[in-house]
Amino acid sequence: MIFVTTGTQAPFNRLVKVMDALAAELGGEEVIVQASGVNFETKNIKLVGFIHPLEYSRIINEARLIISHAGMGSIVSALTKGKPIIVIPRKAELGEHRDNHQVDSARKMEALGYVPVAYDEVQLKSKIIKMLLQDEVPEEASIGEYASSTLVNSIRGFMLSS
Amino acid sequence: MKVLAVASKGGHWVELLRLLPAFSGMEVVYVSTDSNLSATVEGSKFYSVPDANRWNKYKLIRIFIQLFDIVRREKPNFVISTGAAPGLMALMAAKILGIKTIWIDTIASAEKLSLSGRIALKFVDRLYTQWPDLSGPKIIYAGNILL
Repeated sequence: MIFVTTGTQAPFNRLVKVMDALAAELGGEEVIVQASGVNFETKNIKLVGFIHPLEYSRIINEARLIISHAGMGSIVSALTKGKPIIVIPRKAELGEHRDNHQVDSARKMEALGYVPVAYDEVQLKSKIIKMLLQDEVPEEASIGEYASSTLVNSIRGFMLSS
Repeated sequence: MKVLAVASKGGHWVELLRLLPAFSGMEVVYVSTDSNLSATVEGSKFYSVPDANRWNKYKLIRIFIQLFDIVRREKPNFVISTGAAPGLMALMAAKILGIKTIWIDTIASAEKLSLSGRIALKFVDRLYTQWPDLSGPKIIYAGNILL
């Protein structure tokens, strides 16, 4: 199963469309797409709107690949569970977000080796196909359950010394 | 030691949960914008407030009043937030009530501090960024929520 997650803030129909088209080429593998404000008919995907946090966690566990907007909730959930993820940032010029911070943060996270990023639908399609059909799964930068200990200790130290 | 931890649903909430070891041994009361999230901190006291972005001033004022009530009732030693607008409101309420405040700017703000973070910078007791190149005299970088 492939899980596509777009958050709940605004529609991301560009991603829904490309995944609906691509799902037809994936040999019957289930594609679950979490999205809101979808204004067209989808044919090949299972579309869901709201997902309860615990159910969300279960779906992430079961997915073999996660496709996500550059929302930190989705990215961190995938990385915590060591799941392969491809990130496609929302673009302000296409009305997908109020600014381009998803592009900026995706670029910086890609540079640090946390996640592969697709900057358009063509890149997304080729990255998905490479990962799934040619079995080219990249080394995952899996992360632990908690923030870096330096940050945790700094916050705790400040609280205990105040 | 009692902490009021405030974060909007989605990424902000996920970031907050990754900071929990900082509060070990302390009493933590949570505030978020989606009541379903109480299931992710089972056994802890949880308040839900409506969501609002910075463009809806009327709603923000109502949420501020609600958060002010929560802060006054809980009397925490610290109010901490990873964002977004409701978190900023909670820190403002804490400031007025003489309670210490900590803002952790979201890792999603990679090129400059978030708008809420830039406002928080003017009054909070401590402010963290998660990107080393955004650190400054009053902006602390000590790592991020990922590692």
